[in-house]
Amino acid sequence: MVPNLKKKYQLRIPSHAGNLEIVREFVSRIARKVGFNEDDVNKIELAVDEACTNVIKHAYSSDSKKPIEIALKVDLEKLTVEITDRGKGFNPKKLQRPDMKEYIAQMRVGGLGVYLMKTLMDEVVYNIQPGKRNQLRMVKYYTKDGEKKTAQVGVG
Amino acid sequence: MSGFEVTRTDNADVSVLRLKGYLDAHTAPDLENALQKLVDEKRYRVIVNFKDLGYISSAGLGVFMGFIEEVRSGSGDIKLTNMSPKIFRVFDLLGFPALYEISDDESIALANFHKK
Repeated sequence: MVPNLKKKYQLRIPSHAGNLEIVREFVSRIARKVGFNEDDVNKIELAVDEACTNVIKHAYSSDSKKPIEIALKVDLEKLTVEITDRGKGFNPKKLQRPDMKEYIAQMRVGGLGVYLMKTLMDEVVYNIQPGKRNQLRMVKYYTKDGEKKTAQVGVG
Repeated sequence: MSGFEVTRTDNADVSVLRLKGYLDAHTAPDLENALQKLVDEKRYRVIVNFKDLGYISSAGLGVFMGFIEEVRSGSGDIKLTNMSPKIFRVFDLLGFPALYEISDDESIALANFHKK
């Protein structure tokens, strides 16, 4: 019999920047527990913080009554993070790699988060349905540089 | 308690901000206020020491971008020091080393201010 190694962890928080610390703690503990090294744990933690920050600031325009759902799905080859909101959404195709000199000249601060997420994670996919359901899915694989890592899924 | 602290020390014409804890979208306004105060006082020579900072997100980096122009146009600079590899990597990913002076120790930044 093949054991069921798929696990799902969920967190639902009010859309407030004061809750980012809770999100980071939740995500990094699980990533560490399933066997990612500290370097990858830091990357996943930052990517999820950036994603939630964008939801808080942009999708919900800092309305702290709205919920953000964070789901982590673990299987034998990867960790999948799904971040869901019901805010106003955006067009992910319009985002470009930021030109830092241009950014500084214009004092633009937004947009860096998405670039970081794409750099830190293996896959970043948006499914935007403004006002209904916006979902960001990010994936990190255990395998890196051809080296196969074994997932340690849960403990009891 | 916000999990973030910024301590300011004025050393002649150079001000040092020492950061502690984590710098994210929640705590970035605290750093913004500290830098705004320096700019209001026309203290444009600023060193930011990251030694005790455990975490930074792009919201934290954004704060430096918001002040660098004004500080440099006042013949000053914001020099960044004592970053852990974890913190440095975030700055590096966003191309900051080309635009900001980042050194290993506060004393190097201080010496560079006095060189000119």
